[in-house]
Amino acid sequence: MSIDKDTVKHISKLARISLNEKKVDSLSKDLTSIMKFIEKLNKLNTDKTTPLTSIINASLKSRKDEIKDGKIRDQILKNSPDKNEEFFVVPKVVE
Amino acid sequence: MAEKKFDYFINGEKGKWEVIIGLEVHAQVQSKSKLFSSSSTKFGAEPNTQVSLVDSAFPGMLPVINQYCVEQSIKTGLGLNAKINLISVFDRKNYFYADLPQGYQISQYKNPIVGEGEVILDMPYGTKKIGIERLHLEQDAGKSIHDIDHENSFVDLNRSGVALMEIVSKPDLRSPEEVNSYVKKLRSIMRYLGTCDGNMQEGSLRADVNVSVRKIGDKNFGTRCEIKNVNSIRFMQMAIDYEAKRQVELLESGKKVDQETRLFDTKKNTTRSMRSKEDAHDYRYFPDPDLLPLKLEQNLVNKIKKDLPELPDQKKERFIKNYNLSAYEANILVSEKEISEYYEEVIKECDKKLATNWITVELFAVLNKNNLNILQSPVSAKNLSSLIKMISSGKISGKIAKDVFEKMQGGDKDPEMIVKKEGLTQQSDPKKLEEIVNNVLSKNQDKVTQYKSGKEKLFGYFVGEVMKVSKGKANPQLVNQILKNKLK
Amino acid sequence: MSNILELSLKKIVNGIKKKDFTSEEVTKTFIDNSIKSKKLNTYITECFDDALKNAKNFDKKKYQDGLLSGVPIAVKDLFCTKNVKTTAGSKILHNFIPTYESTVTNNLWSQGAFLLGKLNCDEFAMGSSNETSFFGNVINPYGQELVPGGSSGGSASALAADLTPVTIGTDTGGSIRQPASFTGTVGLKPTYGRCSRWGIVAFASSLDQAGPMTKNVEDCALLLQAMSGYDSKDSTSVDIKVDNYSSNLTEKVKGLKIGIPKEYRVENMPTEINDLWKKGIDYLRDAGAIIKDISLPHTMYALPAYYIVAPAEASSNLARYDGVKYGHRAKGKNLIEMYENTRSEGFGDEVKRRILIGTYVLSSGYYDAYYLKAQKVRKLIKFDFDNAFKDVDAILTPSTPSSAFKIGDKINDPVSMYLNDIFTVPVNLSGLPAISVPAGYDKNNLPLGLQLVGKAFDEQTILNLSLAIEKRANLKKNLKVWWT
Repeated sequence: MSIDKDTVKHISKLARISLNEKKVDSLSKDLTSIMKFIEKLNKLNTDKTTPLTSIINASLKSRKDEIKDGKIRDQILKNSPDKNEEFFVVPKVVE
Repeated sequence: MAEKKFDYFINGEKGKWEVIIGLEVHAQVQSKSKLFSSSSTKFGAEPNTQVSLVDSAFPGMLPVINQYCVEQSIKTGLGLNAKINLISVFDRKNYFYADLPQGYQISQYKNPIVGEGEVILDMPYGTKKIGIERLHLEQDAGKSIHDIDHENSFVDLNRSGVALMEIVSKPDLRSPEEVNSYVKKLRSIMRYLGTCDGNMQEGSLRADVNVSVRKIGDKNFGTRCEIKNVNSIRFMQMAIDYEAKRQVELLESGKKVDQETRLFDTKKNTTRSMRSKEDAHDYRYFPDPDLLPLKLEQNLVNKIKKDLPELPDQKKERFIKNYNLSAYEANILVSEKEISEYYEEVIKECDKKLATNWITVELFAVLNKNNLNILQSPVSAKNLSSLIKMISSGKISGKIAKDVFEKMQGGDKDPEMIVKKEGLTQQSDPKKLEEIVNNVLSKNQDKVTQYKSGKEKLFGYFVGEVMKVSKGKANPQLVNQILKNKLK
Repeated sequence: MSNILELSLKKIVNGIKKKDFTSEEVTKTFIDNSIKSKKLNTYITECFDDALKNAKNFDKKKYQDGLLSGVPIAVKDLFCTKNVKTTAGSKILHNFIPTYESTVTNNLWSQGAFLLGKLNCDEFAMGSSNETSFFGNVINPYGQELVPGGSSGGSASALAADLTPVTIGTDTGGSIRQPASFTGTVGLKPTYGRCSRWGIVAFASSLDQAGPMTKNVEDCALLLQAMSGYDSKDSTSVDIKVDNYSSNLTEKVKGLKIGIPKEYRVENMPTEINDLWKKGIDYLRDAGAIIKDISLPHTMYALPAYYIVAPAEASSNLARYDGVKYGHRAKGKNLIEMYENTRSEGFGDEVKRRILIGTYVLSSGYYDAYYLKAQKVRKLIKFDFDNAFKDVDAILTPSTPSSAFKIGDKINDPVSMYLNDIFTVPVNLSGLPAISVPAGYDKNNLPLGLQLVGKAFDEQTILNLSLAIEKRANLKKNLKVWWT
């Protein structure tokens, strides 16, 4: 499966990564060769196999309904590049 | 007994159209802490104070599931008569938005915790079954506030990670009226179960509404549009009405309906297309590798089923059977668990018919006028019961009771005290009443003559005068009797 | 006094306990050596002042008996360390200071150790040569032009150059074992779920595991014991008792059955690697183990399956790096533009490649053909191992298809770089434990390692077998210091 430039542009939009034309070009080549490598899997017939659902043979552990967290606003906002005392601040969404 | 026929159709220029509606209701699970983290879910807290490192998706943070939220979903599923899936999987729904710190929402895609079920609606034209497709658990997102600043939005993650039950209906709804009934029923069931408080103003309950239209008789579904995040029943109804008409207009003018996501504009009461296209919904679902499949024991489901409280439909049947109520009356009395509890408290010691009437007419009028719910009732069940007992025993008349009822409201006063204090006891002594009647009749000889010669309407006048003299305390039935005798 | 730098972890712990030397002396020695060795570019963040403070405090107080008492340890910069910058080798986290400590590093500090510094690694653990780090590539002490391997390249290099007595790394497709092999050190990837992932910057959630990197097998057992344990904050953590790997360590491996998988004899396998493998077989036979030929038929599908699963999970795990809550934020007229510029500026080329591949294989219409298929192949690979382990107790293979290669050799050819992980990746896909132990040198005197794969939660057996190989290989470290 070759990954053409339009596909690269489409995936990069989904992944929210902006790319210039040069990058789109080189990525198209890189991704195509990676996909070619990956497509070796097509040689293997897996019709009779079910997918792995978890690598661990255990049941999902749960926790009790208790409030043990929160009230750490300073910590939460501390690393944000743009914030005020109460909120994260971000550029507006164009709706 | 069906009194009306279903009659919601869009009358287009070229014919009659049917409206097909499906609802995806998002109900916040009533729990203390969030679905995958231990921060609080309480509404109205200061911004970002109910946020943990997990909620704000810091590097290396991992989800741990809240067992209670799982049980609440099972309960709700059982309340919808639905199949509980013993194995379900949590999937990541990947998309980018400021209120979604992980860049994905943990949800359930192909293997939800609850499968098919149904909800029964009581419509004026009969009962109707609305199919439930599925119920799944997922995380709620945070909130973006757009209107404080010109250039920026502010993000509050308090709501991020709160457990949501998404209840997907089959496309069985056919009118805004049915949607009203459906949402109210869902809400009622969950409030009975204690799994969601259904508070739409606080956002505990909201819905995405799917609308399409088709010509009557057509078996195929038309293209549908999704109206997202409608947070009141009234808006849902308006949105459906507008959207259905919009689609009919498009189709009748030869155009196509585009499958798209729309928003309901609450200022214009119209729907409009969402300009930001979410990349054609490519959410790239895959099972969340930070979690394992959820495996439930049948024992757990059985135990929850056993411990389920009486649900609205069951209670309604019981009320109709045991208390001899009409379906209409029963519906009102079971619409909220708290109302049914109030009712059953009142009728412990007094007449059911009177109780039904007093609650559904008099009490509800007061509650509605003052925007109160039954838990905030200015008159307690105990005191209402006392009042009704006094009517039954003839101690006071129905009319006086209304006055007493009003006086009871300022502080839930004891009706017996009021009656005693103000001397409102009904006058039922036949001798005394006869005295008053004689008095009135003697003062109105001319009218007596007129009555006897055919003006029957004057009977009411005499009754009125007796009431006036007795300051409303005369026993109306006795007065009637005595008057009839005297005027023969 | 013997050179502290050359002492094993065990000897350092005992030496401090017996007061042969103080924690301060030990710490100062490693700090001095680290400062001299900047050429190797192993450190992203030096914590020397705090380390010295901790050491002095340790010496002042009454001796506390822990597995790692008084020992300074530098760790891969993928572990979130409280109040100490944690970058994951990336520009997008270049200024991120966690307010929390990862469970695994906390386990170390609870055993009496303290942080010496944060070590360089491939960006977000994606790489096999430590050439993708935003903070520059790391150099292998065994040669100025050589890569140390990756992604735990900084850890392996620092360890081999005696800049830290031991270290910990993470392994998703071979990121502990491959650099261990390239630098003549011991590296172990535990069974999936043995060590907690809480607080470790996530790459591929179903594959990542933290593990010990040490100079010898005995130290590896000790460090593994200190790191491991159930963590209720990690839903993939397994509640199985941690063995006393250290005191149960023994050379006595007589009667153990060792599987030699024929599929690992790959096309164009260098003779040296084959010879090394044969040597390993001889060592174990000499120790009384029984050698058996086995088959792991789906081996050749492991790498392609890995390069679907790992990027897919990574594309989702790295979605949180959006400039809103922490890390780098670029300018943007609106939210989407901000996201796109932030992630474009913040991520390096290899990370971008993997995110895009991951996004692609999960995208509409491709999920079944790729991700679902890869998970089926994964099951088959796991079955291969489960079947083999009915007949054998451990499996012996080479760790890497070559010794350390030259810097720049493979960085422009992603697929050629991926082939480095050919022997290590099947193990991650199956969730099993595996160790790389130094077993010899190639004709250029560069280290080569052998890999032992064990049954789930049977780290003890592969540690024991590694000890047997280590004793018999009896390698003398022939590393001339050129980097100070």
